[in-house]
Amino acid sequence: MRTKKNYFPFGYILPAFLIVFAFRLIPIVLSFIISFFKWTIHGPEQFIGFQNYLKLFQDPGFWQSLLNTFYLVIFVVPSTLILSLFFANLLNRTKKLSSLFRTTYFIPTVTSLVAISILWKLIFSPQGGLMNHMLSFFGIHGLDWLSEPRGIFTLLFGSMGIDIPKALGGPSLALFAIIIVSVWRSLGYNTIIYLAGLQNIPEVYYEAAEIDGASKWRQFFKITVPLISPTTFYVLIMTTITTFQVFSQVYLMTGPPIGGPLGTTKVIVYYIFETGFGESQNLSYASAIALVLFIIILSLTLLQKQLEKKVQY
Amino acid sequence: MLKKYFGKGFSYFMLILCGLIMVVPFIWMVSTSLKSQTTVNKGSVGFIPIEFVNYYIHDGKKEHCEIVAKEENLTVINIYDKDGKTFRESYVKVPSEEIKSSKRIKFHWDNYVEAFTKVPFGRYFLNTLIVSFSVLIGVLITSSLAAYAFARMRFKGRDFIFYLFISMMMVPQPIYLIPSYFLLTKLDWINTYQALIVPWIANIFSIFLLRQQFKTIPQDLFDAAVIDGCSQFGILWRVVLPISKPILATTAIFSLIGSWNSFMWPLVMTSSDNLRVLQVGLSYFAQEASSSTSLLMAASTFSIAPLLILFLFAQRQIISSFVTSGLKG
Repeated sequence: MRTKKNYFPFGYILPAFLIVFAFRLIPIVLSFIISFFKWTIHGPEQFIGFQNYLKLFQDPGFWQSLLNTFYLVIFVVPSTLILSLFFANLLNRTKKLSSLFRTTYFIPTVTSLVAISILWKLIFSPQGGLMNHMLSFFGIHGLDWLSEPRGIFTLLFGSMGIDIPKALGGPSLALFAIIIVSVWRSLGYNTIIYLAGLQNIPEVYYEAAEIDGASKWRQFFKITVPLISPTTFYVLIMTTITTFQVFSQVYLMTGPPIGGPLGTTKVIVYYIFETGFGESQNLSYASAIALVLFIIILSLTLLQKQLEKKVQY
Repeated sequence: MLKKYFGKGFSYFMLILCGLIMVVPFIWMVSTSLKSQTTVNKGSVGFIPIEFVNYYIHDGKKEHCEIVAKEENLTVINIYDKDGKTFRESYVKVPSEEIKSSKRIKFHWDNYVEAFTKVPFGRYFLNTLIVSFSVLIGVLITSSLAAYAFARMRFKGRDFIFYLFISMMMVPQPIYLIPSYFLLTKLDWINTYQALIVPWIANIFSIFLLRQQFKTIPQDLFDAAVIDGCSQFGILWRVVLPISKPILATTAIFSLIGSWNSFMWPLVMTSSDNLRVLQVGLSYFAQEASSSTSLLMAASTFSIAPLLILFLFAQRQIISSFVTSGLKG
């Protein structure tokens, strides 16, 4: 039996549709159009074709922001994956206090990035910051975290008396500080997601492996890792997407107006913000950068989805 | 046996260490917010707000003072008035042995009052509340209606519209920020509440979550409602929504957390002080009062407190919401 046919389904969708249409669909289409024009806050001025995109290739600011973003992603995503899987495993094996741990780990997830960034800026402060105070117990002194433009590898090898080429210097210490904060923020959420995944693996697999005499390590790599792979891909994709969009930490910890020492923390979304809403108010160029970012994120997501299909168990 | 306990011990050690790394920054934030700025400036990093106080002891009277300079046997001091903030007497030379110093623990709760009144944080809280709750109501209405249509009605283009919505969810905010700014300028909405509310009253993710839930409701329930003469809207209102309370609560929590913590959008779309939401107000305060670290920590503390309290009360619900939505999304 079907329900009566005389209803009007579009009426139910309409409110949501209007909003999505006006404030998502139109802006997304518009951002394409804007990027091909000389476009100010008053509207279109002149069609300039691919000029904005050609300009991108010669813009050192863009390449620097892209490099900074890649550093961020390359450091944040694997460390988040490994650490959260590690802690989820520990959490899965413990019964006592487990809900207390979960609550504690989750606190940074529900805290605003603005407050977190302000807090960590102070923690990294060379004057009375908690980080240097803690490090001083390990004999490390006087790191100028958020205003240090030199790369972490340069600093690391430099302390051993080895000079390495500038290109291999890695992310600046200031960007590394932002990496630490980003991992810290995303760790709890991903640990909980992993924990849920681990709890879905049937206990019998481990029991069988135990009988067969497989070691804990072997069980981890032969049972846990393959069976947890859907969660791994979820965490991988989500962390990649959010890390590409890091903005608040950079804005509040090292900017404005500079975006870190020598621009070394200027990530791509910060660069979009600066181009579109800073002094130049170059909406069309900012739109072009935003679209390039979108294409990067989209292709990485599709790539990871393809990879997921290949390793499905 | 020994190995097993060693393993357990290691697990707990690591878990506690990780827990400390998660909360110690917040504890430090609160403890810094309770120190006086002088103490912070002197490089006090510890977690307990200990401060050194100098006293001038003379004729059996003990008076709070500040040391300005030291000469051979004499010390130049400023003597504080009873309020402990202004000086009653300045640059007094007294014999050094009459100066004693002692440690004391003092919580400077007044930092909170000072931070709250230095810039109009009351107004910022009010703005955030107005925006968060308007968005919340809007999201619940639009999402229930749309999710119901997507889940239980058959019509042409349903799947197309649904997948259009889903694909739009994949587009990150920075992409539509710039054209939205242009559009809102054309609408003359910059520096209005509409700019902060209207674009957010439809939430694709909530529609998706609710649709998944509505699909699991057995058809029999709908058939029974139709036989009883219930209209479509009646079914939604009387049958579907009451049995979907947990997922509605989840939607509400996500919406509240999202609006409360939203930063980039209000930063771009408003510039007037009257419309500043909490996060934007806090970020401006961080620039203006960057040297008053204890005030800054106080402001950060009270701006995260409401959500943190909500979280601690409903943590089970919130964590499981994040998990289910994470695994579904």
